[in-house]
Amino acid sequence: MSALAALIRRDIKIALRVGGGALIGVLFFLTVTVLMPFAIGPDLALLTRLGPAILWLGALLASLLTLDRLFTADHEDGSLDLIVMGRAPLELACAAKALAHWLAAGVPLIVATPVLGLMLNLDATATSAVALTLLVGTPALTFTGMIGAALAVTLHRGGLLLAVLVLPLSIPVLIFGVAASQAAITGPLPFGTPFSILCAISLVSFVIGPFAAAASLRHGLD
Amino acid sequence: MTLIDLANPTKFLSLTARVLPWLAGATAILLLVGFYQAAMAPDDYQQGATVKIMFIHVPNAWLAMFVWGVMSIAALGTLVWRHPLADVAAKAAAPIGAAFTFLALVTGSLWGRPMWGTYWEWDARLTSVLILFLMYLGLMALWRAVDDPARAARAAAVLTLVGALNLPIIKFSVDWWNTLHQPAAVIRMGGSTLDKAFLFPLLVMAVGFSLLFVTLHLAAMRNEILRRRVRSLQMLQASQQAA
Repeated sequence: MSALAALIRRDIKIALRVGGGALIGVLFFLTVTVLMPFAIGPDLALLTRLGPAILWLGALLASLLTLDRLFTADHEDGSLDLIVMGRAPLELACAAKALAHWLAAGVPLIVATPVLGLMLNLDATATSAVALTLLVGTPALTFTGMIGAALAVTLHRGGLLLAVLVLPLSIPVLIFGVAASQAAITGPLPFGTPFSILCAISLVSFVIGPFAAAASLRHGLD
Repeated sequence: MTLIDLANPTKFLSLTARVLPWLAGATAILLLVGFYQAAMAPDDYQQGATVKIMFIHVPNAWLAMFVWGVMSIAALGTLVWRHPLADVAAKAAAPIGAAFTFLALVTGSLWGRPMWGTYWEWDARLTSVLILFLMYLGLMALWRAVDDPARAARAAAVLTLVGALNLPIIKFSVDWWNTLHQPAAVIRMGGSTLDKAFLFPLLVMAVGFSLLFVTLHLAAMRNEILRRRVRSLQMLQASQQAA
């Protein structure tokens, strides 16, 4: 257990320090959100309607951007081999790394959401709905994305492939995340229905992600 | 002759060399009969002659999902049983499955234009099949990204098994989201709702297209085995030249 805790602490420290790249995700999120009004026009009513979708897309792309770092840095300096050979089960180690990645790269996105919501003219209800769905949904993005990251790291030049492989898997999360936020703003569906499906997707990804990532690391690195 | 005997590629090649002509012949006969019956089938009272697109569209859509199922079993064969031909089967199936999925999307789109008044609608069934198509393409890209076939096989196997989660979503999408696409008519509780005049040609076509898949798949597996032999001979030659 202490090994996993140490792994989580180490990964968060690396991610937050210079060159770690976790906070670049927030900057990217901000940039995507700022680009949207330039693309679709500064009509505030329209932005309010599209707001949840814009925020979700931005968060999805930002988390995709940082996913690449989940295993590559460790693979380059050789510590990934030590993790694979270590006594802690590789599945748990993968889960710990994904958790650390989410804490360092995912949580800042959620914290930034209220500020970005202001820029898109979302009211308090809408912003809190989007933040809540992101809080539940981004772990699913990290844990399913981890599968793609593990595949990509064993391929050596899999950076672009990562996006192609991961994006189809993240579509359900996007659908139910946006559906729940829209339900909270306009109705007519209750917020709870899509929100509980989103929770279910996250829980499923907690189970599948570490196993699939560990399997592909184990098979790919020999 | 068991599954283990087939693990020897040479035996597999000699067996398929004998079986393939028969399979191809049976496929041609069944498809010809199926096309004839489909052409002779009565027009629908609502849809007119366009209902005949169904005889191509539905088998393609079934096979799009079936091929991913075959690839998932092959993925288990790669990861669990280490069957030497499992990764050959998985690699050969992906382009064929992608082609069936593409045909299902195109025929569905052509059918949708006169019936629903639109080529494309963001409905649950259509969208989930489109995602299936994207996953086929991603999988093919993954196969091509690695030089060593054995490493590529294991990476692709993991992705195939994860992608298999999409299959039940496609199957039940018409029941969970009540949208434009019609619900299941042929395989359902309480028997088929399809009229006999349509059901019989459809089943012939389904069997014919399935045989077409088996034929193409075996032929593609033969090609893949031969391609790997050529590759290892080239590697051998290169290492001899280097020495």
